[in-house]
Amino acid sequence: MALTKEKLISRLQTQVGLSKQESRAVVERVLDIMKDSLAQSEDLLISGFGKFSVRQKNARRGRNPQTKENLILRARKVVVFKTSGVLRNRINGIRAH
Amino acid sequence: MNKSQLIEALAKAENLTLKKAEMVVNAMFENMAEALVQKERIEIRGFGSFKVKFYNGYKGRNPKTGDLIEVEGKKLPFFKVGKELRERVDR
Repeated sequence: MALTKEKLISRLQTQVGLSKQESRAVVERVLDIMKDSLAQSEDLLISGFGKFSVRQKNARRGRNPQTKENLILRARKVVVFKTSGVLRNRINGIRAH
Repeated sequence: MNKSQLIEALAKAENLTLKKAEMVVNAMFENMAEALVQKERIEIRGFGSFKVKFYNGYKGRNPKTGDLIEVEGKKLPFFKVGKELRERVDR
């Protein structure tokens, strides 16, 4: 039972008081803004939740474990997420002071 | 970009008051945070998914003093980037 986009949309509808279409539009828009920011390699810091950042990975030699083939993994950019301390404590049941 | 810039960008793009945009953004992340607190997975197509992983405790040492310390097990969210975002970032 995962929290999906559809569930987020219906929850926001009741919590914020929006129509279904409005809720869908704002959720999609927030996700688009977040994706645009990361696509421009700009970090995204959501206080109380965490930080998404783009990290540059160098090219390296790799190996396909199934075929045992050697291959070169090209340099690439990846998204990494670091959980905020506040959320980490909440997940571990530690109350804030 | 931080949360207030995200709120401003949403308000502008969707013609909302700042107050309303703030409510939306806060509610979105609060729902996501609460799901993780409940150990529930989050799956947002095109963006990514989160799941809480349990990391075992271990005996470690304080690198400064060399003292033996017990590091307790912990739960941490793990983020896996979605296909669309992964491709856009690496372009």
